[in-house]
Amino acid sequence: MIRDITIGQYYPADSVIHRLDPRTKLVGTLVFIFSLFLFRSFAAYAVATICLAGVIRASKVPFKFMVKGLKSILILLMITVVFNMFLTPGEPLFKIWKLTITQEGVLQAAFMAIRLTYLIIGSSVMTLTTTPNQLTDGMEKGLRPLNKLHVPVHEVAMMMSIALRFIPILLEETDKIMKAQMARGADFENGGLLQKAKSMVPLLVPLFISAFRRASDLAMAMEARGYHGGGGRTKMKPLKYQKRDHMAYLAMMLYLLAMYAAKRITGF
Amino acid sequence: MSIKIEHLNYIYSQGTAYEKQALTDINLELPNGQFTGIIGHTGSGKSTLIQHLNGLVKATSGAIYYNGENIYAEGYSMKELRSRVGLVFQYPEYQLFEVDVFTDVCFGPKNLGLPKDEVEARAYEALRQVGLKEKYYKKSPFELSGGQKRRAAIAGILAMQPEVLILDEPTAGLDPRGRDNILDQIALLHEERGITVVLVSHSMEDIAKYVERIIVMQKGHVRFDDEPRRVFEHYRELEQIGLAAPQVTYVMQELKKRGMQVDTGAMTIEEARASILACMGQVGI
Repeated sequence: MIRDITIGQYYPADSVIHRLDPRTKLVGTLVFIFSLFLFRSFAAYAVATICLAGVIRASKVPFKFMVKGLKSILILLMITVVFNMFLTPGEPLFKIWKLTITQEGVLQAAFMAIRLTYLIIGSSVMTLTTTPNQLTDGMEKGLRPLNKLHVPVHEVAMMMSIALRFIPILLEETDKIMKAQMARGADFENGGLLQKAKSMVPLLVPLFISAFRRASDLAMAMEARGYHGGGGRTKMKPLKYQKRDHMAYLAMMLYLLAMYAAKRITGF
Repeated sequence: MSIKIEHLNYIYSQGTAYEKQALTDINLELPNGQFTGIIGHTGSGKSTLIQHLNGLVKATSGAIYYNGENIYAEGYSMKELRSRVGLVFQYPEYQLFEVDVFTDVCFGPKNLGLPKDEVEARAYEALRQVGLKEKYYKKSPFELSGGQKRRAAIAGILAMQPEVLILDEPTAGLDPRGRDNILDQIALLHEERGITVVLVSHSMEDIAKYVERIIVMQKGHVRFDDEPRRVFEHYRELEQIGLAAPQVTYVMQELKKRGMQVDTGAMTIEEARASILACMGQVGI
């Protein structure tokens, strides 16, 4: 049921990738996505495949979790492929009825499919090996220079981590209230659109009330512990780059070079 | 006419990293009209178990029979099962949503498709049974105190007139007086209407004097299943699993150890008093 939905789908394991600094992983993911769009070449994508496979292997997360995210974009992926195939002008390959498939179109479609798939898998590697809290921590520290431009980095990060923290709580609460109303004969599945919308009332009213109650409790608890925003606040576990992070940055550079070289040398 | 559970297993989030066996090979029979207590530490599986009884959670394996019919059989109406097996969740006041208490209590019977006057008649009766005063009927549920909200929510289930009433920690978070009131009312219901009642709790003290049978759960297993006095004889083992027998049990056990032939099965202070007095009479003090 609802319990099985995971957002911030962290997969607990003990691996090098898990232990990396979240900033390294954020940058790494960005570098990976960037490289997919920059080097439009099959040879370069072969390099990307090898590197991605290596990282997945090192992360100790079962492969089926990586591809789970793909399910949700399957339709989008198919539409992209079809549109690219039919609508790219160029050398006609063959004709079906009024639609022509062009050579360029097939290539374009293949590139788009690879890019989208790798983009999802690449970011899954990050979200599966990093807890949401680590991620916001990493963002807070990484974006700190923006403070000078009067961007409230800490406040935004705090809001994000609270929001993330509340997702599973509210999901669980939804599950609980749903069950409680089902025990009173409520029906959430059958009926038309109007009926379904109406049946949401017994779920949403208690859910909103509980969300507000939790929010006010949390605010009170934070104040009671002396929270007053980011100024002068220290961390219990400050983020610090380790040797493995430096290695990872080095690996990223090598990766970009390899991509560039692969494209340049083979030209394919 | 009963609930029968056979070889029930339940695994949470099967196939994910958070997979956990919550219930292991549960075999139980709850005969009609019995007042049963289910006791266990937090996370022992008691709440999960009772959610199976009205089909809210589907067992990973095993079967449940309600009045001899397998509830997992094809075509079995879960909606009907839920109208017969009423389940009051922990903190049931969190499910209140209507503009006033009376309308909220009507929600359950209305879902059963009953005519309006029948719905209202049932709501009135349920509210009377939980002992909520009439002046609260037209108030918003959110204006009520904690104990009153709890009563209103219990009435919401009672109004469906279930044959089996299951309550998950109905007294959690209430003051001692509110607790006794609610438990007394439930016991009265059991007596008046003869319905099967299952009371889930983590406190022996609370339920010892009401129930005819105690099922002790530990880590998804049924550890003890017997009448209360028999279960309390295992007070040392109960302690090991983070539960405790009623205080009276400890007093009586200690007295016996010191040579007084008292009845260690006494569960209420009155019983203990009688037993101690009888003993002292024999000795001739």
